[in-house]
Amino acid sequence: MESKLNIDPKMVDSARQHAANIAKDMQEFIDVHTTVSTERTILRLLGVDGIDDVETPLPNVVVEQIQAAGGLPRGAAYWMGNAMIQTGLEPQAIAEKVAKGELDITKLETASAKEAEDAIMPAVHESLKKIKAQTKAREDYLSRLGEGSKPYLYVIVATGNIYEDVVQAKAAARQGADVIAVIRTTAQSLLDYVPYGPTTEGFGGTYATQENFRIMRQGLDEVGEEVGRYIRLCNYSSGMCMPEIAAMGALERLDVMLNDAIYGILFRDINMQRTLVDQYFSRVIIGYCGIIFNSGEDNYLTTDDAYESAHTVTASQFINEQFAVLANIKEWQMGLGHAFEMDPSMKDGFLYELAQAIMAKEIFPNACLKYMPPTKFMTGNIFRGHIQDALFNLISVWSGQGIQLLGMMTEAILTPHMQDRYLSIENASYIFNNCRDIGEEVEFKKDGIVQKRAQLVLSKANDLLADIEKEGLFSTIEQGKFGGVKRPKDGGHGLDGVCSKDDQYFNPFIPLMKEGAE
Amino acid sequence: MADKNCGAATAQVDLTKVKPYGDTMNDGYMELAFTLPVPYGEEAEEAAKQYVGKMGMQEPNVTYYHELCPGYTFFVVYAKAQHTIDFTTIKVNKVDVPIYDREECGQWIADNIGRDVVVVGASTGSDAHTVGIDAIIQMKGFHGHFGLERFKNVVAYNMGSQVPNEELIAKAKEVNADAILVSQTVTQKDVHIMNLTNMVELMEAEGLRDKIILTCGGPRISHELAQELGYDAGFGPGKYAEHVMSYIMEEIVKRGWQKKAKIEDR
Repeated sequence: MESKLNIDPKMVDSARQHAANIAKDMQEFIDVHTTVSTERTILRLLGVDGIDDVETPLPNVVVEQIQAAGGLPRGAAYWMGNAMIQTGLEPQAIAEKVAKGELDITKLETASAKEAEDAIMPAVHESLKKIKAQTKAREDYLSRLGEGSKPYLYVIVATGNIYEDVVQAKAAARQGADVIAVIRTTAQSLLDYVPYGPTTEGFGGTYATQENFRIMRQGLDEVGEEVGRYIRLCNYSSGMCMPEIAAMGALERLDVMLNDAIYGILFRDINMQRTLVDQYFSRVIIGYCGIIFNSGEDNYLTTDDAYESAHTVTASQFINEQFAVLANIKEWQMGLGHAFEMDPSMKDGFLYELAQAIMAKEIFPNACLKYMPPTKFMTGNIFRGHIQDALFNLISVWSGQGIQLLGMMTEAILTPHMQDRYLSIENASYIFNNCRDIGEEVEFKKDGIVQKRAQLVLSKANDLLADIEKEGLFSTIEQGKFGGVKRPKDGGHGLDGVCSKDDQYFNPFIPLMKEGAE
Repeated sequence: MADKNCGAATAQVDLTKVKPYGDTMNDGYMELAFTLPVPYGEEAEEAAKQYVGKMGMQEPNVTYYHELCPGYTFFVVYAKAQHTIDFTTIKVNKVDVPIYDREECGQWIADNIGRDVVVVGASTGSDAHTVGIDAIIQMKGFHGHFGLERFKNVVAYNMGSQVPNEELIAKAKEVNADAILVSQTVTQKDVHIMNLTNMVELMEAEGLRDKIILTCGGPRISHELAQELGYDAGFGPGKYAEHVMSYIMEEIVKRGWQKKAKIEDR
């Protein structure tokens, strides 16, 4: 495809190669480490679920026992497989005995790693079959009901009560929404366990629990039948339980998940070693089950200047793409993020936003780009806010974004009211329809403002990536080059949940998922 | 028209009896937008009209209504308000100090305090939003208003988000802060009120309440609310680093802390 921005394909290749080297370098670290959350994910995928009498989730109970005995480097799959051999029980029954204090799986006779792996394999395959059945169900829905046209209209619900969320989500779907994101309750990202069961209390959002996922999934399937369109469900595979939530999402047929280690490092102060290891397993799961992941580059621009730091978004998109490639995620599943966050008082700001959005599409033509609305400069003047959202919508349809997180004119005032969502969808639908083919029609002046801006941002992104390749990703984040936020390699939440693997460690899911088993 | 002003080109406002202004003095015009949980239809339109009537408005005109989903109807209504307000008796409790710009603040501190002003800020409790505290403290500030990190003679510590109140207080003690800035963005179910109140209680329990200037800020925070909750000052939308520092430096002088850089001396 001819570049409308006249960007240099060699520069794109160079940036991509730097990013690939950065990701590969990080993968060497990831491959020799594991985390408590990664191990809990293995248990969840093996069917371990439920809570003990003080409401600690059983995956936590079992992993805590393994960790306390110093057995984490061997991995939960080994200990569970070994316990299956020694007790003849299934993983869930074993976990229940551990929770009751009747069994210490680190104190049993020990079989070889090979024997433990053989013992666990039937449960692994059963789990993969369940996930594949959900993936198939999504494909069936999509072929039977169809879907909205891109950019998918993405709205949030955030009542704190999953049952109220379903009411709001159904209303939004009837109004035209294609993707419903259930915002998580504030601070869930820092919980080192996944809460259990349906929940009706939350602040600024609703707990991500497997039961809540199931309840919302059912609601969206119902309304999807009614409106004749598959409605996608989005939640957050992020925070301290990143891969566990990816596994829950795979089992309960979520379609879109926020998933970005760098976001967690910068904005939730999660330890970088912990979350980069967690991200790998979560992306393998996401890739396997056909979820679209969303990366969080847009957030850099809420703390950093959107004009000055636009290249950090592009650089991070390249890195996120390469991390996704290593996890065998298809291009159409790559929801690389960016945002419309320039100061509205800036002269020609619209042209710079347009250049950025079209450049992202040219660099990642097959990705499902996710475009985030203005938030930083939304003021409470709902009338101007509605116009800011209109300009944002115009760029989205012009540049061919994949997922459009709808801007709300009440941003910065309150979580959206029902009418706000309607007005927002109306705004987007009007502009998307009225300007549907504008991207095909319009070309840009050679060496004009738009072309020059894209070329400049790409070149700065390429320079930054070259720097990161030299420095390493850990050190780059320590220096505050993303989002203007500095985080130390050994700081933040969750470092005590990271350890090196021993030579007999195995995670049976990763190789099978990467080859697309079942 | 018996109005004595009707001959004049523009009617004069009577500040003791103020009403909304559309395009003619005292026309009372207001626009309203709201949703009623009733099915779409002419009964819905009538319900909206009557509802606005009950609010004390006359001639309600439903200019637009639309079904949001079965059982919910959205309205845009124009109507004429009847109530009046006596503007001459309005009193607002606000941060009442001269506001200096960034450079003037730096100079003012040098001239009047003669030492660095130390502030510690965080978005506290479960609140994960840094946008407010960053706007005030971070060097680049917000909307062309630089943050406290760029002020001369000011040392500012930004602890980020999700900081427990206890940690914020510990940091303030450690660095002998003159002032604490608490940012709260999430207000759902009044979580910010609980958190802000808890902060005051902890400060009192530690005997620090009158030894550190305690301020809070956020999109839904007013000076009045802040004072009600036991804070010295509150900063809402449209307030930037210079507003916060203008207040803090005046307060330091008012309290005679120029030579009391250490909390224990205050």
